[in-house]
Amino acid sequence: MIEWLQQPWPWYLAGPLIGLMVPVLLLIGNKSLGISSSLRHICAACLPTKIPFFQYNWKKEAWNLFFVAGVVMGGWLAAGFLTAAAPVQVNENLLIELQQYGITNHDTLVPVDIFNWPSILTVRGSILMVGGGFLVGFGTRYAGGCTSGHSIMGLSNLQLSSLIATCSFMAGGFIMANLIMPYILKL
Amino acid sequence: MPIKETNTDFEVRSLDSICINTSELKHPWWYDFKYLVAGILFGTILTKAEVISWFRIQEMFRLQSFHMFGVIGSAVAVGALSVFIIKKYKIRTIYGEEIELHTRPFNKGQMIGGLLFGFGWALTGACPGPLFAQFGAGTTVIIVTLFSAIAGTWVYGLLRDKLPH
Repeated sequence: MIEWLQQPWPWYLAGPLIGLMVPVLLLIGNKSLGISSSLRHICAACLPTKIPFFQYNWKKEAWNLFFVAGVVMGGWLAAGFLTAAAPVQVNENLLIELQQYGITNHDTLVPVDIFNWPSILTVRGSILMVGGGFLVGFGTRYAGGCTSGHSIMGLSNLQLSSLIATCSFMAGGFIMANLIMPYILKL
Repeated sequence: MPIKETNTDFEVRSLDSICINTSELKHPWWYDFKYLVAGILFGTILTKAEVISWFRIQEMFRLQSFHMFGVIGSAVAVGALSVFIIKKYKIRTIYGEEIELHTRPFNKGQMIGGLLFGFGWALTGACPGPLFAQFGAGTTVIIVTLFSAIAGTWVYGLLRDKLPH
């Protein structure tokens, strides 16, 4: 059982389980699945400001902060106790492409060749981590939701705006990964 | 020109002045611990499914793997079926409240912001949920990405009135 749990879970197990988070959150307290709004609550709670966008009663949304704290703990649990030490399976073509950029280590889910503390100070590392993070925070709030809020919750509720948002997420990802990132990874 | 005070936010409910949940129950704060448990489950699933893997996201955007499309597709199928059943049978919460589902009108932010988020998704190899899980899973440097995401959210709030919606 433990050995089986330690394998990466296939999509047909993980996807439905993620989908079940929608009714679970609705049933236990009328909450719509969403992650990125937690970033806004953190701004509202921690950064004293006169910006109207952050002037609301964030305590009413505290559930969301408990939820993301749980996600951090879930990552810790899964990586620490439910994962066998084996290299991450990566598509051959991607491995060959990444080799050109000096990314050869695929022992962990996040490539340590790029995502490490010293590389924060490199051009490549700062674009990926600081620039990428900024775009995630700015873009999700501008779009009014992220992959959880729009693509899972919004699409489950058959919202056209969420379909438009999801297509935009994908379009942005395809443009960045195929047309722009090769130049960034070369740096 | 100040923009209309409409809530363009899909995820934040407390701003909706028009649909205040009058039956909202007052619970002590520790009731929120059930969301911590739900979050632990969510984080575990995301990690075990390798949704938090930078490599899986790169494969998705290069059409080199079906995995992520399978995860998102089957999640939406199960989520949509659940919402359909909840609506059809008017299922209530465990506290007996009516379940509220929110509709979101279209605005240009979903396209412009969506594209920008897509750029960030490919760069970081993570959407916001996986960022939290990556940090938990031991890649401590992701805290920098998270702070940067908080900064991005703050700058959006600052510039909001000047951005097309």
